[in-house]
Amino acid sequence: MPALDDGTPLFVQIAEQLADDIVDGVLAEGARVPSTNELAAFYRINPATAAKGINLLVDEGVLEKRRGIGMFVAAGAQEQLRAGRRKQFAEQYVDPMLAEANRLGIDNDTLVSLIRGPGWHNGGSRP
Amino acid sequence: MIPTISATALGRRYREQIALDDVSLTVEPGTVTGLLGRNGAGKTTLMRIITGLEFPTAGDLRVFGQVPAENDEVLRRMVFVREDQAYPDLRVEHAIRVASWFYPNWNADLARQLIEDFDLPPRRRIKRLSRGMRSAVGIVIGLAARAELTLFDEPYAGLDAVARQLFYDRLLAEFAEHPRTVVLSTHLIDEVADLLEHVVMLDHGRVVLDAPADDVRGTGMTVSGPATAVEEFVAGHTVWRRQRLGARGSVTIADPLDFAAQSRARALHLTLEPLSLQQLLVHAAGHSADEKVSA
Repeated sequence: MPALDDGTPLFVQIAEQLADDIVDGVLAEGARVPSTNELAAFYRINPATAAKGINLLVDEGVLEKRRGIGMFVAAGAQEQLRAGRRKQFAEQYVDPMLAEANRLGIDNDTLVSLIRGPGWHNGGSRP
Repeated sequence: MIPTISATALGRRYREQIALDDVSLTVEPGTVTGLLGRNGAGKTTLMRIITGLEFPTAGDLRVFGQVPAENDEVLRRMVFVREDQAYPDLRVEHAIRVASWFYPNWNADLARQLIEDFDLPPRRRIKRLSRGMRSAVGIVIGLAARAELTLFDEPYAGLDAVARQLFYDRLLAEFAEHPRTVVLSTHLIDEVADLLEHVVMLDHGRVVLDAPADDVRGTGMTVSGPATAVEEFVAGHTVWRRQRLGARGSVTIADPLDFAAQSRARALHLTLEPLSLQQLLVHAAGHSADEKVSA
């Protein structure tokens, strides 16, 4: 089974994985999303949990229900998710990185050069 | 909506021994509930009362809104698969056929399919089956009955990991296509954790936890790192367990952490590790003496 992480509620993880697929374009706008039963079987979780995950994305307007046919990726969903994630980028990625850099005594200039130039992965000394 | 099961101040005592003590709970229709707890916690007694095999000595228990004991109308709407269930000395195919007479929603195609899935020899006498195969017979009956209320009490004695996974997958598929109310008692908690919608935990005959599985996940968290930072961080939280190794500390707290708290922990170089359902319940059992754990 695809690994689901611990800690966050399962239905949130289901929503996040579907959102990842939409951001990556694996699930294109207008594409049909797996049904709750398909998700339940795939992730080996309770169908009610899968339904909760889907409903989370419906509430955000990322997915839309078409009566009798199923659930589909809404128009503009990819951009909407990307915009939301850009807002969280600093908090989720940059802040922890700065904290770790600070802990290791990497100053800002070094950090910036690390981001600019690849090829310095030997744990400290630039060749 | 009438709950499928409702217990009110339910009690059961055997002479000096109290098997169930002031148990109140409801099981909603169309859910999968895990009935968890240690051996002797009262799980089997509760299931026996639900299925009318035993009378309570206190309180009230209703299934589909009625008292189940000696109530055919209620009893034929449920199936109960017990650990090490005893069968009359029949061949597998005959035992399955006998079961099919009892349950109004019995599905013969599903039974055949499951017999094949579990590699059961239809013509062999039940007495000559291995323990795992006998468990598989119970699982076939429990699923093919398609009963409105399906109770499994440690249904997989002797089944290996592959067969157990097959059971979970079939249970999930059946539940998705033909919704019913499932109560599953087990001590293999982490194996079934993701299948459960609701969790009830008994300890010494009492309910120590009764909550949606989603709320239970992420409830407990182990915080570890430099001992002083850990202690500073967990101040104000309910502490379940404290460990120390030199300058490193590890503290398990009972309450969930929001995103801000988790970020703060990372900034302090603390490691956060959520408790699995099983670990959580071990802690809950350990603290049941103090008070009821609310998730």
